[in-house]
Amino acid sequence: MSVDLLYDWLNESIPFLSGNSLLLLLAIVIPAILLFLVIAVNAIVLVYAERKVSAFMQDRVGPMGQGVGLHAGKWGMLQTVADALKLISKEDIIPRLADRKLFIMAPFVIFVGAFIAVIALPFGETLIVADMNIGIFYILAVSSFGVIGLILAGWSSNNKWSLYGGMRSAAQIISYEIPAGLSLVTVIMLTGTLSMQGIIQYQSGGLFDWIVFSSPFSFIAFIIYFIAAIAETNRTPFDIPEAESELVGGFHTEYSGMRWSFFFLSEYANMLVVNGVAVAAFLGGWQSPIPGYLNSPGWGVFWFISKILVLVFVMMWVRWTFPRLRVDQLMDICWKYLLPIALFNIFGVGIWTLIFG
Amino acid sequence: MSELAFWSVAFVTVASAGMVVFSGQLIYSAIALLFTLLGVAGLYIFLWADFMAGVQVMVYIGGILVLIIFGIMLTHKIVSVKISQSNVQRKLGAVVVGIFLIFLTSSIGDAPWFQMVTTEPSETVRTVGRLLMTKYLLPFEVASILLLGSLIGAAMLSRKEE
Repeated sequence: MSVDLLYDWLNESIPFLSGNSLLLLLAIVIPAILLFLVIAVNAIVLVYAERKVSAFMQDRVGPMGQGVGLHAGKWGMLQTVADALKLISKEDIIPRLADRKLFIMAPFVIFVGAFIAVIALPFGETLIVADMNIGIFYILAVSSFGVIGLILAGWSSNNKWSLYGGMRSAAQIISYEIPAGLSLVTVIMLTGTLSMQGIIQYQSGGLFDWIVFSSPFSFIAFIIYFIAAIAETNRTPFDIPEAESELVGGFHTEYSGMRWSFFFLSEYANMLVVNGVAVAAFLGGWQSPIPGYLNSPGWGVFWFISKILVLVFVMMWVRWTFPRLRVDQLMDICWKYLLPIALFNIFGVGIWTLIFG
Repeated sequence: MSELAFWSVAFVTVASAGMVVFSGQLIYSAIALLFTLLGVAGLYIFLWADFMAGVQVMVYIGGILVLIIFGIMLTHKIVSVKISQSNVQRKLGAVVVGIFLIFLTSSIGDAPWFQMVTTEPSETVRTVGRLLMTKYLLPFEVASILLLGSLIGAAMLSRKEE
């Protein structure tokens, strides 16, 4: 529900306060709280999914929760809830030689970056907090907050591993933003709009009107975007900022308890954002794959979320399949392969729209 | 409500700009610059220039500020010299700033200002793009040649001698 719609609704339903700026404040605060809940639930579900997926891929069973008394529920479904409770009650340690102010600030900068990007995600036809004119560009722009937060976390910890992790992640995310942005340019060229809802409206009419299938170039663009998205969320095979075997934990080595869990909330929120952008830009957003079938607003939310979850599953699949890249290989893939292909792609889409458009 | 929002954005911008100048540590200046740039993006939004605000965040925060922090990180704590920011010639600076302030306030008072548009323009990005490709094509191309030149220059400077 967008802020404007909510404001109008509040104005009608609470007549004695109508026109009051208090209602506008409410219309801003309510979606913010809802989004926070979405992010928290998203992290809990995805962490559980990650553990189960990795377990099944390695021929294990993962968290199972057996025995009597307090246990983690059937199939270990409460495992991440228990983990969250543990993290909340854990001691908060700040190293003595750390830069205290920046150390405290860094997780929040990262979290804010992830949070304000979710604002522009279209969960349904009307279910979007803010449908901005520059929606997709806005999401690309605010993702730079995450980089600053990562560098700050790495720097302020006063730890060599953290510093290396922060620097690696900055180099990586800045580099991979370029192919991600260029592959989204092809989408913008086809749709002629930057608004998320506008891009989704362009793809109405079933599976073969989705941008990913509309031309060979946009299919390549989708692949490039997805690879860059994995790199931007710092996941294996692009997880050199964390690289457990080299850097202990990378930028979050010194963090513990609640502050550490903020990194993970925002990491999973970032997965939601990049996959949400992929779904909205290439896979038809909240539209049903079969035109006119199961296309009501409620089903829209279902389609959007299930498409995201499919992409998240692919990300997890990739994570537990491929080994980590070296730093130089990582940069090679970005600058020598993805970037030229993405540039060629823009040219190709231009020709394609000239001929068929 | 929107007036309150405007003043808070303006306050954040100016206060953090002050912190950029007066903070003793370079890294704190860089972080304060984050809020200054963000505040300027907010001011663009008040002028309905949403695309400009996005570009501001993307280029200045995502690019330039990250590079600045990167530079500080690469030098500070690795080189054993403590890098701090110091302001010298405060008195002389104050005189120059005072003269500049008088000059600015008088010219702001004299300038004929456009009235702020109160309704949201329907299309901003499309208009900007169209103007760049028609009316302002030459400046646009000149700027891109300049950027290309600096890109090649940077690559030349940073490559290893063979």
